[in-house]
Amino acid sequence: MPGQIRAWRRRSVRRALWRLAVYTILIVLSAAFSIPFLWSLSASLKNLDQVFRPDVWIPRPVKWSNYRHVFDNIPFHLFFVNSLIVTSACLVGQLCSAALVAFSFARLRWFGRDFLFIVMLSTMMLPPAVTLIPHFVLFNYLGWIDTFKPLIVPAYFGGGVFNIFLLRQFFKTIPVDLEDAARIDGCSSFRVFLQIMVPLAKPALATIAVLSFIAQWNNFMHPLIYLNSYRKFTVAVGISMFKDAYSIFPHYMMAASVMALVPVLVIFFVAQRYLVRGIVLTGMKA
Amino acid sequence: MRTKRSRRARRAAFRRNVEGYLFASPWIVGFLVLTLGAMLFSLFLSFTKWDAHTPLDEITLVGTANYKEMFLEDELFYKALYNTAYYSFFSVPLRVTVALLLAVLLNQKVRGIAFFRTIFYLPSIVVGAATAVVWSWVFNPSYGVLNLALHEVNVLLDTIHLGFINLPEPAWLESELWSKPALIIMSVWGLGSSMLIYLAGLQSVPGHLYEVADLDGASPVRKFWNITVPMITPTIFFNLVISVIGAFQVFTQVYVITPNHMGGPNNSTLVYVLYLYRKAFDELRMGYACALAWVLFAVILVFTLLIIRSSALWVYYEGERR
Repeated sequence: MPGQIRAWRRRSVRRALWRLAVYTILIVLSAAFSIPFLWSLSASLKNLDQVFRPDVWIPRPVKWSNYRHVFDNIPFHLFFVNSLIVTSACLVGQLCSAALVAFSFARLRWFGRDFLFIVMLSTMMLPPAVTLIPHFVLFNYLGWIDTFKPLIVPAYFGGGVFNIFLLRQFFKTIPVDLEDAARIDGCSSFRVFLQIMVPLAKPALATIAVLSFIAQWNNFMHPLIYLNSYRKFTVAVGISMFKDAYSIFPHYMMAASVMALVPVLVIFFVAQRYLVRGIVLTGMKA
Repeated sequence: MRTKRSRRARRAAFRRNVEGYLFASPWIVGFLVLTLGAMLFSLFLSFTKWDAHTPLDEITLVGTANYKEMFLEDELFYKALYNTAYYSFFSVPLRVTVALLLAVLLNQKVRGIAFFRTIFYLPSIVVGAATAVVWSWVFNPSYGVLNLALHEVNVLLDTIHLGFINLPEPAWLESELWSKPALIIMSVWGLGSSMLIYLAGLQSVPGHLYEVADLDGASPVRKFWNITVPMITPTIFFNLVISVIGAFQVFTQVYVITPNHMGGPNNSTLVYVLYLYRKAFDELRMGYACALAWVLFAVILVFTLLIIRSSALWVYYEGERR
C-alpha cells in the first residue's frame, strides 16, 4: 500500500513537472511571437528621442499625434479607401463566381466534368509567376494599367480554385433529397442554387469571404505592378513606399503599419470561427 | 417508341450539359484565357526578345537564346537560385517542425489554448507589406529590439560567468551573411496556418492509441515518436508540400524589407521571384522573365514530385493495406 501511494505520488509529480515545462515553453514562445506586434505598437506612440531607445517599452509621453502625422505626410485615407474598393469588389466577384462554379462541379452532371475538375485542381500547382507577364500584357493592351480593373476583374472569372474546391466539398454534403423535392416542384437549377444551396452554404461562404478579404488586403504584387499613380495605391503598396521615404522617422513608419494591420486584425477577431474552419478544411484535403 | 424516348433522353442530356457548362463558365472562360492562354503566351514569349512596348507583330524571335543566357552566362540567375534554395532549405524544415511542436504543445489540454492559438496564428494572416515594415525596424542593428534582446542575454551570460558563450549581434539586413537568416526568422514567425492544420490533424488521431500506450507506461516522448508522428504523417506531408511551393515563390517580404527593393546587400536576398520582377519591370525584358518563370515552374514541379514520390516511404494512411 505505501508503495502504491509512493508510485502515485511520483507520477503526479512527474505530471506536474511536464505541465510546467509545457507552460514555460508556450509562454516564452508566445512572448517571442507577439513581440513584433507589441513593440511596433509601442514604437508608434513614442517621440523621436525614445524611438531610438529600444529598451523603453512604455512611451512617455504617449504621442497619439504620430498617427495624425502619417496622414499629414501621405494620403493614407486614400490608400484605405482604395484597398476597401478593391477588396470588396474582389470579394463579391469571388463569392459569386466560385459559388456558381462549385455548384456546377458538385451537383450538375455534364460531359467532361470530372476531367475538368482534375484540370482545375492541377492549376493550383502553377506558380503565379508564369502567368504574371501575359496578364500584364493583356491588361496593358486593354488599357487597364493604373486602374483597379486588373485587380478586380479576374476575381469574376472563377473566383479562385481553392474557393471553388472548398465550396464544392460543402455543396456535396447538402442532402440530395432537398434538391430532388425542389426539382419535382419544377425548380430550375438556378433556383435550386439560389434558394437551397446558397442559404445552406452560408457558413462556407462566410469562411471564403473572410479568407479572401485577408488575402486581398495583403495582396502586394498585383497592385505593385498595375498601379502607377500614388493616389491609386492600396494600403500594402502605399506602406512600402512610405517605408522608403520615412525610414528616418521610425515612429511614423510604425504608426502607419499598425494602421495597415487594423482591418485584418478586426476581421480576425470578428470572424475567428470561420477562419479557423477554413484552415481546418484546407488540412482535410491532405 | 424507342427512338422517341432516346431522343428525349438525348435532348435532356444535351440540356444538362449546356446547364453544367453554363454554371461552370466563369471558371472555364477564366481558365482558357487567364491560365491556359496565358501559359501558352508566356511560353511563346520565353523564346523572344520583347520590351512590352514595341507592337507584338514586330517581336523578335530569338529561339532558345534566353535559356542559354540564363544557364551559361547569367551569374545573378544562379545567385537568385542559390538564395532561394538557401531560404527554402532552412525555412521549410523549421516551419514544418516548429509548427508541429507548437501544435503538439497546444494539444496537451492546456488551459488558455484559445489564447495561445490566437497568438501563434495571428502573424500568419498579417504577413505582408505592413509586417515587413515592422520587421525591418525589429532587425535594425542599433535600435532594433532583436539585438537589444541578444545584447541583454550576453550581459546576463557575462554576469553568471558564462561569458565565453557570446551570442552574435549581427547587422541582420545590412549584412550579407545575416540577411537571409533574417528572412528565415520572419518566415518562421508566419507559421500559424501550418500549426492550425496540424492541430486539426492531431485531433483526428484516435485517443485509444494513447490510452493503450499509457497502460504500457510509455513516456510522452515515446508516445510522440511512436504514435503522434506516424499518425499525422499525411498532415506533415501536406504542410511540407505547401511550404515548399510557398518558399520558392517568396516575394513581398523581401521586396519590402530590402533597401531599394533590389535584394541587397550585394544581392544576398535576391530571391528568384524578385529577380524575375526586376527583369520584367525594371529592365523590361519580358521574354527573359518568362523564361525565368518557366524554369521556376520546372524547379517547383521537380521538388513537389520528389516529395510526392518519397511519400510512399514515410507517409502512413490509416485504412490502407500495405
